[in-house]
Amino acid sequence: MKKILALSTGFILLTCLLLSGSVLAQDDGKVSVMGVWGGQELEAFNKMIEPFEVATGIDVQFEGTRDLPTLLTTRLQAGNPPDVVQLTGLGMMKGHAQEGDLVDLTKVFDMDTFKKDYDQKWIDLATYNDGMYGLYISADVKSLVWYNPQAFAENGYKIPTTWDELKALTDKMIANGQTPWSIGLESGAASGWPGTDWIEDILLRTAGPEVYDKWVAHDIPWTDDRIKEAFQIFGNIARDSKQVWGGPITVLSTNFGEAANPLFDNPPKAYLHRQASFITSFIKDNNPDLEAGKDFDFFPFPPIKKELGTPVLGGADMISMMNDNEEARKFMNYLASPGAQTIWIAELGKIGVNNRINPNVYPDSITRKIAGVLSNASVFRFDGSDSMPAAIGSGAFWQGILDYVGGTSLDSVLNNIEQTADETYTTGAATD
Amino acid sequence: MNLRKTSSRIFLNIIILLFMLIWVLPTLGLLITSFRPEEAVSNSGWWTVLNNPLKFTQFTLENYKQVLGSAGMDTAFRNSFFIAIMGTLLPVMAAAFAAFSLAKIEFKGRGLAYALIVGLLVVPLQLTFIPILKIFNILGIAGTFPGLWLVHTGYGLPFAVFMLHNFFVSLPDDLFEAAYIDGASMWTVFYRLALPLSIPALASLIIFQFLWVWNDLLVALIYLGGNRSVAPLTVRLSSLVGSYGQDWHLLTAAAFVSMIVPLIIFFSLQRYFVRGILAGSVKG
Amino acid sequence: MNMFQNKKKWVALFLGPALLILAFVLIYPSVQTVILSFMDQQSEHFVGIKNYIYAFTNRDMLISFRNNLMWLIFFTAGTVGVGLILAILTDKIKYEKFAKSVIFLPMAISFVGAGVIWKFVYTFRPPGSKQIGLLNQLMITLGLQPEGWLIQGPWMNNLSLIFVGIWIWTGFCMVILSASYKGIPKDMLEAGRVDGANEWQVFRHIIFPTMKPTIAVVATTMVVNVLKIFDVVYVMTNGNYRTEVIANRMYKEMFQYRNFGRASAIAVVLFVFIIPVIIMNIKRMKGEES
Repeated sequence: MKKILALSTGFILLTCLLLSGSVLAQDDGKVSVMGVWGGQELEAFNKMIEPFEVATGIDVQFEGTRDLPTLLTTRLQAGNPPDVVQLTGLGMMKGHAQEGDLVDLTKVFDMDTFKKDYDQKWIDLATYNDGMYGLYISADVKSLVWYNPQAFAENGYKIPTTWDELKALTDKMIANGQTPWSIGLESGAASGWPGTDWIEDILLRTAGPEVYDKWVAHDIPWTDDRIKEAFQIFGNIARDSKQVWGGPITVLSTNFGEAANPLFDNPPKAYLHRQASFITSFIKDNNPDLEAGKDFDFFPFPPIKKELGTPVLGGADMISMMNDNEEARKFMNYLASPGAQTIWIAELGKIGVNNRINPNVYPDSITRKIAGVLSNASVFRFDGSDSMPAAIGSGAFWQGILDYVGGTSLDSVLNNIEQTADETYTTGAATD
Repeated sequence: MNLRKTSSRIFLNIIILLFMLIWVLPTLGLLITSFRPEEAVSNSGWWTVLNNPLKFTQFTLENYKQVLGSAGMDTAFRNSFFIAIMGTLLPVMAAAFAAFSLAKIEFKGRGLAYALIVGLLVVPLQLTFIPILKIFNILGIAGTFPGLWLVHTGYGLPFAVFMLHNFFVSLPDDLFEAAYIDGASMWTVFYRLALPLSIPALASLIIFQFLWVWNDLLVALIYLGGNRSVAPLTVRLSSLVGSYGQDWHLLTAAAFVSMIVPLIIFFSLQRYFVRGILAGSVKG
Repeated sequence: MNMFQNKKKWVALFLGPALLILAFVLIYPSVQTVILSFMDQQSEHFVGIKNYIYAFTNRDMLISFRNNLMWLIFFTAGTVGVGLILAILTDKIKYEKFAKSVIFLPMAISFVGAGVIWKFVYTFRPPGSKQIGLLNQLMITLGLQPEGWLIQGPWMNNLSLIFVGIWIWTGFCMVILSASYKGIPKDMLEAGRVDGANEWQVFRHIIFPTMKPTIAVVATTMVVNVLKIFDVVYVMTNGNYRTEVIANRMYKEMFQYRNFGRASAIAVVLFVFIIPVIIMNIKRMKGEES
């Protein structure tokens, strides 16, 4: 018995060693990519890289994890970062560019072609300290309000085009005994982010893009009156059980992916839902019978101050390069091409940022309409929380949103974020 | 007298059944949920299926099909086995030796060594990632199974030594002295006497260590990376979910798929948890 | 035992490998952590005790200390207490193996799976709409209002999280305690009962003293567990709504905010907390020897 045990242990050990040996024997001609994509996104990514692998013979090895910051920090510190990485925000890009982890892409692309393909705004958004450190392959538009056209028609509601009209509409809904909004802030470890989008959208509309940029850079403190006002406008909705379905506790405990569902109940429990373009995939998954454009549709989040127009807040899938080698260069150039991006966009219903993308690739009328919102935008701003240092953008800000909706006083919430900002930012005029 | 005995027996059973109910209900909910379509999950509670449990149209195998049918599941299973088997045997073996020497041999610095090992229980694993991975990169074993076995051995050792030490200490000294007088070497005493006596302790230790290694996601991700060829089941399953948590309902089926193996280990080792193994042999 | 020959050789052979591995995997990183805790964010400049001042004054850290204390009391008592009760009671029933398997089941579930499971227990939907969380359905059936179990604090949400911890770890305590209980010779228990002692007296005078060392081991393990508790909180609330715990704070500082100085200082605070527990265990070990 014991001999058998010893023998089998030896055997297992040997097989394991042999197996790991075969793993070690990796050939060259590969490019390693790290990102947060999984599920459908991963499938779309695999489809996108297939033509590249066939054409070049380079093996693209994708490592996916939703704990990207953890894995990336460890690998960078240990000295073996991936060749190419999908960064989840501008703040992350700035941080890594500052620490010298990223390759300047102006030396990788033929910039003459690149400037024809991309509007200046996308180049500016990827530029930090005179280097371009990110490549955008697609975008999501965040300033959208989703609604149920059938329910609107039944009640005779009209699409509001200004903040006053929106207020009049929600007041009418309340007078009719209905609840206007549905909001869901729960998102696992990232809970709170949908609220940050609200604040950003409002701030762009009440204070304008210049103030917005100063706020992101911490040139004005969190306790500034204009920031306070944006929080209050959000709080008047999210903290009021007349305005929002179920009141604050529901707002806090509803997963953002399920927050649009009350719009499609019969009768609807809520009528408006502000969320980015990617919510469509959740709406379809949770309610397979609904038809885009007929059963659910969107209108742009209305302007608040007329002179500031209708700015667009968005997010984008950003790719950066960490190791400068031939394979990675080829791969980055491939990703910058409209061919690669078309596959990615068509699979996922995302919005293209490359001028050479054919609008016919969008799978439905809603996606085409969203693309129109993006290309017509006078002002485009990148998601602010994603552009701040992580301790704020995915730390104190998220937590502040949850605390504020949960009933903490606004002054205490903003003071707390400001304190963390002071400790975190190394630049910024408001940093003590 | 008889009545009292019966009523206390009923009371005993009620208490145990109550605990069992509390413990099993959440998992039962997950099991039922894993057979429900996504839109139903977010619209009604899982217990609503119990209203008419024989209505089979409300159930679907789709979640399991998607989980088991996704590419590379066989590789992931195989990797998990390689990782978990060695990640269990190595620390348990190393710990058995160490615990025996700490419990049954008197030597200078024994108290210190014991204190050190128990103290290491509290080291948060997350802290060790960067320093170890740095050295792994120099040695060229980052992304390999032997590297992962080594860290799992290190992570598992403090608890394993702590638990086995407690067990060995409880074995009477005269038993070992008698063996020694009979002319046995230290190795013989350990191998022929201490190990067989500690089968229940070893069995429970093996179960725990196996479970931890099998269910581990973070350590595997750090030392192996997400590369398909070496990724274990946990890493593979977590990539079924999108970056915003799309398709999280697949995790319900995934949880049961990854639970099967640890449960088999538990059931097959449970037979060592019986009264008498220890008592009988110590006396004899 | 002091009679073996070549003692040094055997000690080196038996203890050596374990210490060698530990030196590399745990001791070396720990020493480095202590050094880094006095350095700045990027581990470039010496900053004195600045990181420690942060660790003991920051609002989230203070909340973490409070919550870890709650965990320490309720989690340890719950896991060890229920584990002990079940270890003894299940010995008396016919379906022992089945009962134990049910209690042990949660140990076999990954933390991600556990997070999903408890979502279906704690989820809140406003009154008047269909609940999908078991606990709130129960509340409504009893004629009460649904509650935001994970949101309302500081007692309700922390205790809800602690209960998940207890649910996971009781099986662990039960298995070890049960093995120890079964090590008590049956005639010893019978002798007590024949002498006319009731079950409580048998427990107090025979079972408890015999199992004490094992109970100490299990309790120590749970205390250490509490100090390091991370997964449950990370998966369920990520420390929001003031449910933060020390280890989750450390994880955030380390990997999300990349502030290695602070993360290291928080870890050193954890080391310091464990010292009394180690001293107790050493004393116990010395006591058992004499």
